[in-house]
Order: sequence, then C-alpha cells, then structure tokens
Amino acid sequence: MENKIKSVFTAPLNFMNPVLVQVLGICSALAVTSQLKPALVMGLAVTVITAFSNLIISLIRNTVPTRIRIVVQLVVVAALVTIVSQVLKAYVYDVSVELSVYVGLIITNCILMGRLEAFAMQNKPWPSFVDGFANGLGYGIILVVVGAVRELLGRGTLLGFEILPKSVYEMGYLNNGTMTMPAMALILIGVVIWIHRAYFYKEEK
Amino acid sequence: MEHLINLFFRSIFVDNMIFAFFLGMCSFLAVSKNVKTSLGLGVAVTFVLVVTVPANYLLQTKVLGPDCIIKGVDLSYLSFILFIAVIAGIVQLVEMVVERFSPTLYGALGIFLPLIAVNCAIMGASLFMQQRINLDPSNTQYLGSVGDAFVYALGSGLGWILAIVSMGAIREKMQYSDVPKPLQGLGISFIVVGLMAIAMMCFSGLKI
Repeated sequence: MENKIKSVFTAPLNFMNPVLVQVLGICSALAVTSQLKPALVMGLAVTVITAFSNLIISLIRNTVPTRIRIVVQLVVVAALVTIVSQVLKAYVYDVSVELSVYVGLIITNCILMGRLEAFAMQNKPWPSFVDGFANGLGYGIILVVVGAVRELLGRGTLLGFEILPKSVYEMGYLNNGTMTMPAMALILIGVVIWIHRAYFYKEEK
Repeated sequence: MEHLINLFFRSIFVDNMIFAFFLGMCSFLAVSKNVKTSLGLGVAVTFVLVVTVPANYLLQTKVLGPDCIIKGVDLSYLSFILFIAVIAGIVQLVEMVVERFSPTLYGALGIFLPLIAVNCAIMGASLFMQQRINLDPSNTQYLGSVGDAFVYALGSGLGWILAIVSMGAIREKMQYSDVPKPLQGLGISFIVVGLMAIAMMCFSGLKI
C-alpha cells in the first residue's frame, strides 16, 4: 500500500509526466509561461483543482451512472474552477488579469478529464487525491521551468526581480525579446521534451 | 460592415486560435497526423464554434450580465458552469441532428464530435467573447451583436482549419525527414508549430 501510493506520486513527475509524455494540458502550459509568476500561480491552481476534483469524483464514483459521468465530471470541475478563479481575483488580482481566460480554460484542461476518467473512476479517494496532486505538480514543474527560462532570457528578471547585474548590460548584452512571444513557448517546450526524452526516458522501445 | 470584415480577417490571421493563443492544442497535436482527418476535425470545430459562441453571447448579454435578471446583481461568476453546460448540450444536440439528417457527414465527423465538448478552442472562444463585449466599440476586436459573435466564431474556426490542415500536410511530408531520435514525434511537432507561429507573426499588423 505504501509502495503503491509512492509510485502513484512519483510517476507523474517523470515517466508519466502529463505535459512531456502524455501531451495533456498543453494549451495553458504554453500560454501562461511568458513570466514566472503567472506560471507559478497557474501550476498551483491546477494542482489544487486536479487534487480536489479527483477526490470528489472518487468519493461519488459508485453513485454516478456511467452514461452521464462526463457531465457530472464537468460540473464538479467547473464548480472548483469558479471557486479558484474567485479566490485568485480576490487575492492576486494582477495575476488573475494576466491569466485572463486561461483560468476558465482549466475546465477543458485535458489533464483533469484524463485523470478523472483513468484514475479517479476506479480508485479509492486517498490514492486519487495523491494522483491528482502529483499530476498537477508534474504539470506545474514544466510550467515553472519554461516560465523561468522565458522570463530570464526575455526580460532578465525572475518573479519581477532583476537577476542579471547592470554590468552585463553594459558589456553589450541585450534581452531577447523573442522569448516573450508566443511562438517561443512552443519551441521551448519542444526542446524540453527533447532533453527529457534523451536523458530520462529511455526504458521504453 | 467594415467592422465585420476587419473582425473576420483579424480572427483568422492575427488572433489565430492555435498560433496566438494555443487553444485546442491537445487535439491539434493528436489529430494532425494527416490532411484528411485534420480537415474533418477542423470542420467539426468550426461548426460547433459557429453554434456555441452566438448562443453563449446571448446567454452572457441577456441572462448573466449586470442588471439582466435581478437589478444590481452581476451573475458573471456563473459563466464557467453555464458556458460548459451549453457547449456540452449543444454538442450532444448537434451530434443527434447530424446523425438523423446527414449520415455521411456523421460518418465523417462522428468520432470527433464528442471530443469537441472538451476542446479548449470552443470554451476559449466563448471566454474571449465574454471579455470582448466590454471592449471599446472602436476596437477591431469588439463584439457588439450576435452577428459580430457569429463572424468572430466563423473566423476563428477557419483560422483553426488553416492551422490544422497545414500542420497535417507538413507532418505527412515530415515522415521522410531524418529527425534525431529523442526529438521524433512530439518534440519536432512542437518546434514545427513554433516556426509556423513565427511565420504567422508577420500578419500581426494586418488592418483593412
């Protein structure tokens, strides 16, 4: 039992990473990573929502008729997303403006539906909660990595603080403005997938 | 009229769902393996967009907006749940209608229709519509009527078709290229979409 929980927790962080290996939830992963702060908030929001929607669906999994399960899942997720979006608006308003529609789009994030269908419908509440939490975390890690690279190269800052010393700029260094463009998010994720496959993801095939 | 034309071309090229906002990326990457299925999914997405965005526009302006049902109450926070319910309902309805009246179209779209309910492009278009209602009327992105919402949905859908069909064509050709092993499949697809997005950036100043 201990081992099972452990593997449920660690798998999504590396070999079953929702973004890198299963290609789920890409839309928001790309759109919110132009800076580190929104990426961090988004990762956190998705972690909370996956964990709790997994828990709730797992609790009611035996009472829901299979024919209408998709609708039930959508309603549970939409309710959670509404709560999270209101909380974000109340406490970190500037980030919630920056995330704009992508908070609402967590509803259609494939990670959620994927985990609910594949895991929460068959498993007990506690493993489901851990699974949701770990998947959200696996998603968040990628967001933070991409967000950090884009903000550092594109603006020379991290979380809004100047990281590069003034002397570097005086030597002729310029911020790479392309990094803040949407297109670079795609290319960066491609590169992250490349590195991940080359070094960590060998056992298959 | 000028506003409509502007809006239409803007939503195809500048505010392209895939290249500017990454909406519908999951199904975009999963389905764009060849041109034929890409076109099928593209048409299905456009179809559902054209039906759901005007419906949600009416919902937003007539039911959810400030002072609509009850004076002084803004129900906009319910929009996530209601939009997704409308989308899921309409997709189900469209599926049944298409099955009843056009079995050939159903055969072509059949597998894609249920997938579309959870396609981010559909939900995303409705959420963008919700934001654009509050814009200044002189803005080219402003949506002021059901007609505007319809044109916006049509343009976004066509932009999505454009993206997925060209991606399908590129991936068909790419089978013959020599890609490094760890980069094969997913990795290279991302980089190709990135390069296409850079190419689409040249439209960003488009104005008619």
